[in-house]
Amino acid sequence: MRPYKGRAGIFILEKRFIRVSLKRKDLLTLEELSGEEIIQILDTAASFKEVVQRPVKKVPALRGKTVVNLFFEPSTRTRTSFELAAKRLSADVVNFTASASSLVKGESLLDTVRNIQAMNVQTIIMRHACSGAVNLVAKNIRASVVNAGDGKHEHPTQGLLDIFTIREAKGRFENLTVTLVGDIIHSRVARSNIHGLLKLGAKVRIVGPATLLPEVFTRLGVEVYHRLEDAIADTDVINILRIQLERQDEQFFPSAREYANLYGVNARRLKLARPDVLIMHPGPMNRGVEISPRVADGPNSVILDQVTNGVAVRMAVLYLLTGGESDENSD
Amino acid sequence: MKESFPRQIMDADHIRRAVNRMAHEICERHKGVPDLALIGIMTRGDVLAQRIADQIGKIEQATPAVGALDITFHRDDTSTRTDRQPGRRPSHLPFSLENRRIILVDDVLYTGRSIRAAMDELIDYGRPRAIQLAVLVDRGHRELPIHADYVGKNLPTAEKEKVDVLLQECDGREGVFIIK
Repeated sequence: MRPYKGRAGIFILEKRFIRVSLKRKDLLTLEELSGEEIIQILDTAASFKEVVQRPVKKVPALRGKTVVNLFFEPSTRTRTSFELAAKRLSADVVNFTASASSLVKGESLLDTVRNIQAMNVQTIIMRHACSGAVNLVAKNIRASVVNAGDGKHEHPTQGLLDIFTIREAKGRFENLTVTLVGDIIHSRVARSNIHGLLKLGAKVRIVGPATLLPEVFTRLGVEVYHRLEDAIADTDVINILRIQLERQDEQFFPSAREYANLYGVNARRLKLARPDVLIMHPGPMNRGVEISPRVADGPNSVILDQVTNGVAVRMAVLYLLTGGESDENSD
Repeated sequence: MKESFPRQIMDADHIRRAVNRMAHEICERHKGVPDLALIGIMTRGDVLAQRIADQIGKIEQATPAVGALDITFHRDDTSTRTDRQPGRRPSHLPFSLENRRIILVDDVLYTGRSIRAAMDELIDYGRPRAIQLAVLVDRGHRELPIHADYVGKNLPTAEKEKVDVLLQECDGREGVFIIK
């Protein structure tokens, strides 16, 4: 037997370090993630997408772990998506709704989460109307915190699932232009998309009435448009954001009808875009306002794929946060 | 005399012969391929499964179905040894498992825990008629009642040693090594 002549160090490098785990306790923003970490989450999500298409859509990866859905704002899609993701990883899931909690009796936010943590919970999925509330909680507890939307700040798993859906359809980020339409200023989805897409090398445009577009985003390298027709020409993806009437404390545009006339994405305007343009919407949709039904249900729409991918992406996030690393030779 | 590490145990020719022999043994035991499927455990078992299947194809003039399994999410050491990043590709089983005779293929058989995870995962896809196991190297030290049906090489090792299998398709060269 001939001895191997190389150095053992190189040898091991080649073989074992093909994987790195997400070395962080929490997922609060896409701003804080590196491009490599985002790609790692997307690759893991691709594996989970295969899992959820099996006859038995469940793996034992998080068996014995407990995940709490802590939602201080209404949500059906995101909460259900996280709940399914955790259950398909075999974790136990507890749903906590703020209106039915001791918060209405005057308990502080931190006391509430410390009580939940005291019940030996590993992961807290949290949505809150205040930007930064998740950061406060994450700093003060040991459990992992996943931001499921904090005010107008970020919604990292929505950003990730949008990016996953784009990668699945387009297969690249270089020379790719993504246009975000509408209520950018109130949109946590927009912020997460912008940070994530720019890190991966895509170009990002924002378009909408001037009152809804923060100029500060140009500093990140985002192009600002005010005419929808100009923005959607030669773009690869149109991500249409919901007009968030509940977060608008003043009048940003004269009426929903006028908004629809100027910025609604409809079949007529879609003709100006590329034939293979991807139509996305994070939901819930205001049909007839920011998106016309024909576009929402048309052949370019991947809106329901986004929802399907959301479960796989959230499985990846829960899995990678609760995990660490191990070596391969445990055959 | 002191042994040096890493020590090469098999080279490309050894591996080729072992694969060919296992292919012959599988043919002999199964008498044909109609309901046979080879499923490799990623990321080297799938390469070996493909090689064995190609060899069976030469012997029987019919190639069995081949699949690849990513067992990361089924391992039992996720909580104690912490997690691992899944393989670079998802599991790929482009056929029904119902009533098939499955041969699981892995590079190294050690504790048996990977195989336990793989069997759990397979059963999530359907109910095979039988599952057998083929490994390139059996290095001993089992922690579960698992036994290989086809073995490329029995390799007595110390528990503190590591066995590395390198294959052209994923590592750019061939060989089985013991490293310390």
